[in-house]
Amino acid sequence: MSHPRLTFEQFLILAFVSISVPLGDACLSRGMTSLPAISLAHPFSLVSAVFTPWIALGIALLIGYFASYLTALSWADLTYVMPATAMGNVIVALLAHFWLHEEISWQRWLGVVLITVGVGFVAQGPVNTTPPAAFKDAMEATFGSNKEAQ
Amino acid sequence: MIASPSLQALLMIATVVLTSSVGEVLMAGAMKSIGDLDEIRARSGMLGAIKAVVTCPLFFIGIFFMAAAFFSLLFALNHMSLSLVGPAAASLTLVTNTIAAKLFLKENVDRRRWVSAILVCIGVYFLAH
Repeated sequence: MSHPRLTFEQFLILAFVSISVPLGDACLSRGMTSLPAISLAHPFSLVSAVFTPWIALGIALLIGYFASYLTALSWADLTYVMPATAMGNVIVALLAHFWLHEEISWQRWLGVVLITVGVGFVAQGPVNTTPPAAFKDAMEATFGSNKEAQ
Repeated sequence: MIASPSLQALLMIATVVLTSSVGEVLMAGAMKSIGDLDEIRARSGMLGAIKAVVTCPLFFIGIFFMAAAFFSLLFALNHMSLSLVGPAAASLTLVTNTIAAKLFLKENVDRRRWVSAILVCIGVYFLAH
């Protein structure tokens, strides 16, 4: 299961991990702000909110994020996936500036540059560096001989 | 003894960061112990891949800690502003995850990955602040 470089399908999975959280959060925010205020006295109105189109789309995107994040962790290191997921913040900032014409402060531009350079650094290296034997030994030492599920 | 407000803030952020890191590392450990999900899906179909994940105890321990991280974040947000907790927790988690991945997942965190983690950590702080 060693992957020195990403395949195209794996690249798409990582790209989806990056953009699904900001898109999902945006859908949830769009859906919730369009609803009348929900008070704690009527908590079940939150349940009906789940079935509105924007919130349903947001939940679907976040479920998709979780599934693709787990898939990515099965073939890539955590220290490879983490910076890749941070790229989502950059995409949101760029969309906010170029699409929504929002003002971006110099601190945010600095953040965009630093994350992009950081992701560039890690993307040039191998995807998975965990030696299977060392990982198995560490897991068995910590949790006992936990057999693979399949 | 009542802790000072700054110590309380520090403790709350530390709780969010630590529970989040434990959850993410356990989750990554679970997925590594299961194996490549793409290969499992090709061999046993989508149901086989789902079964491989939900029959791994480590996965549920990871979920437990991620839920603990979520609720400790809610607790912290009840006492502090999002502009402090959000960037601090997001950027510090990157560093603790990198240390934990090296120690517990035995990942080869070379200089390149350290530089990347630090740059992304500072970048997330600036972007979210």
